[in-house]
Amino acid sequence: MLKVSGLTGGYDIGNPVVRSVSFEVEAGTMLGILGPNGSGKSTLLKMLSGLLPAASGTVEVGGRNIGDYSRKAFARQVAVLPQLQADTFSHTVYETVSLGRYPHQSGLFSSWTGADERAVESAMDRMGISKYRNTQIEFMSGGERQRAFVAQALAQEAPLLLLDEPTNHLDIAHQQQLLDTVRQQATENGLTVVSVFHDINLASLYCDRLLLLDEGEVAAIGTPGEVIDERKISDVYKARVKKGMHPEIPKPQITLLPGEEPSVREKSVIRKGDFSVSGKYVHLDSRYPLKAVSSAVFQAGSGWFRHFINRHVDAGYRSDDAGAEMRSWLQRNGFPLSQSVAMMTAAMTEDAVIREYGPKEAPIVVCVTAGVGNAVDASAGADRGVHAGTINTWIIVNGHLTEEALIQGMVTATEAKAKAMQTEQVLDPLTGTIATGTSTDSLLIAATQTGDRHPYGGTVTTLGKAIGRGVFECTAEAVRRYRDRKKVFEGEEEE
Amino acid sequence: MRNRLLAYTLASAVLLAAIWFGVSIGTVNVPLRVLWDPGANETAANILWNIRLPRVVLAGLVGGSLAMAGAAFQGLLKNPLADPYTLGVSSGASVGAVATLFFGIGLFGSYTLPIFSMAGAMAVLLLVIGFSRAVDRSLKMETIILTGVIFGSFLGSLLSLMIALTGEELRQIIGWLLGSVSMRGWKYIWMVLPFMFIGGFMLWLCRRELNAMLFGEERAHHLGVDVRKRKWMILGGGSILTGSAVAVSGTIGFVGLVVPHMTRILFGNDHRHLLSLSFMNGASLLILCDLVARTIISPTELPVGVITSFIGAPVFAFIFYRQRRKGAVRHA
Repeated sequence: MLKVSGLTGGYDIGNPVVRSVSFEVEAGTMLGILGPNGSGKSTLLKMLSGLLPAASGTVEVGGRNIGDYSRKAFARQVAVLPQLQADTFSHTVYETVSLGRYPHQSGLFSSWTGADERAVESAMDRMGISKYRNTQIEFMSGGERQRAFVAQALAQEAPLLLLDEPTNHLDIAHQQQLLDTVRQQATENGLTVVSVFHDINLASLYCDRLLLLDEGEVAAIGTPGEVIDERKISDVYKARVKKGMHPEIPKPQITLLPGEEPSVREKSVIRKGDFSVSGKYVHLDSRYPLKAVSSAVFQAGSGWFRHFINRHVDAGYRSDDAGAEMRSWLQRNGFPLSQSVAMMTAAMTEDAVIREYGPKEAPIVVCVTAGVGNAVDASAGADRGVHAGTINTWIIVNGHLTEEALIQGMVTATEAKAKAMQTEQVLDPLTGTIATGTSTDSLLIAATQTGDRHPYGGTVTTLGKAIGRGVFECTAEAVRRYRDRKKVFEGEEEE
Repeated sequence: MRNRLLAYTLASAVLLAAIWFGVSIGTVNVPLRVLWDPGANETAANILWNIRLPRVVLAGLVGGSLAMAGAAFQGLLKNPLADPYTLGVSSGASVGAVATLFFGIGLFGSYTLPIFSMAGAMAVLLLVIGFSRAVDRSLKMETIILTGVIFGSFLGSLLSLMIALTGEELRQIIGWLLGSVSMRGWKYIWMVLPFMFIGGFMLWLCRRELNAMLFGEERAHHLGVDVRKRKWMILGGGSILTGSAVAVSGTIGFVGLVVPHMTRILFGNDHRHLLSLSFMNGASLLILCDLVARTIISPTELPVGVITSFIGAPVFAFIFYRQRRKGAVRHA
């Protein structure tokens, strides 16, 4: 649909802003143009729309050079959505959208046809603004006004649509609405779209392909997965960024990393003494948020948290929605919900084993509570009723962990736990074999993300070694404490 | 649709009423029946055909031309305060006309006056827009008006100089400068009618483009408008209208501001109708203003420009206030 080859040019021919840019856009696809301020995005778009002449190179639309079209014929091929601006005089929505039919009008007198009327009605319908047809544009909100202009561009019935930062000044709901509609026109009606984006993440979400401009030249072109590369984006934008994936669709997203971290955070170390233990719960209150990954009851998954809670509940605890119950419990006990991650256990929280491992100045703190009443041999895969049993394990690392290290740390911890079961001869009551854990164990690994960097957490690393030994020892000790308490309890009953 | 029909009906009715008042009211009352029965009252018929009617027709043509030119300038420059007078275009036309008289130029026969007048209008319009663009690329409303005022006063001093040097025909030129449509006769009408027709037609051809240009030149370009060509047509058409109006009546201020503004409020900004409706309403307004000018302190006649400025200046202030308030709210 659009073919650009060796395009060079700008406002000043002697000093071109855009330099030998070449790319192609297939019909029905969406191309996003990215680049830092002053990289030539808008200039390139202006050259594509014929507003600025090319010093050299060609732009072909539908197989013809854009210079060969008359103004009206070109407007029947290419529609442009401008950036929002305030206008002195105002038209009604209907008048505004009708102007999109200008390139289809000819002759001295009005030649408004049924086709014109249908195109206008359909464009207003698609943008959901038919009910505003007689409203003056100036009385509409930014989002509604932008929709009217999209409808105007759609009424032009041009197969190629050029957009210049279409979501500027729009809130996220209107951004989504606008881009959803444009995307739908591309997918369903074969509209070809080329859009300049300020926001890398929006471009990644909606475009089939991206073009990254750097000082007027093509730095990268390809699918969002190819173009949005941590190194490339950092280089071109001169910004510290981290690439991640969108949680629901397979498109990369970029997150900005702020500059200097505060030095106080650097010096703060989590120690055994930061834990408070009572009959009701174990609580770690960290002064700064820790990056955590867990299988907790409340706020499982990954996130940044300050409060870590392991709450004691009666063995007879029943709830249809444990998450919601935990939430209200946390609220009642004054924990800030957004900063808290919480587990529960029927084991006695006073019996929690908390120890430090690894280097003294930045230790790894392990905390385990265990109740092995419903121990399970995972390898047996036996059918059993649902009974809660819990070994809750926390590993707090004073260091900087990669995602990889966090996952490896969890693997190491699980292996060490299974070994502790074996050493303590914890049996699965159903199969009579040695258990590997209990039915509803939870694991949490959290890191300060300051200090030493730990790229890996496997058993050969210092981190892995500390986690392995720590979890093994603490779990074994927690099991012993559980058994002791049980003995005392049973002894009391016999008396 | 109904709204549009109503607009044209209303404008025609007002125009017809204005014409009727214009021809019948005065020191001598002219009964309407002399129109089809001139024998009934020879004097009245004579006054009607040779004095009142040409005066009314001329007032109508001048008022309509100025209003239509104002509407077009406002649309093109996206500036609600633009009109031939505030842009200095009328002064340019005046200088052109006075220069013709002053130097006794007779290059194009009886068309010399309107042609020089139009040339002056066009030249000043280009200077004003060119200068404003050099000052401020975005062509802000205030910049253009201020430039218009600067050029207007400069041209005003040129006029004063020429008048001072003329001596003899002083009264005539000053009377003409203040703006008047009296005692011009049919000759003047035939002199400017072809130009007014051409200028009006040029603007009418650009009615759809003017609608597109309300969104800015870039947007108009994207909608398929040949912006350069159309801009010249609109500037040319507007200058021709202004120049020919000034050539026969001198500077009559604010008609091009007040009329399009009222018409926009009542019937919207669609230039397909705004241009012709402004012409009709401008004609009505100037006919009525002229009626007031010659009857209010009868037997002395006021220049009609006094009346239009009396109405126009407050309206200008009002529009300016409203626009600035609107801008303030928008940027808040």
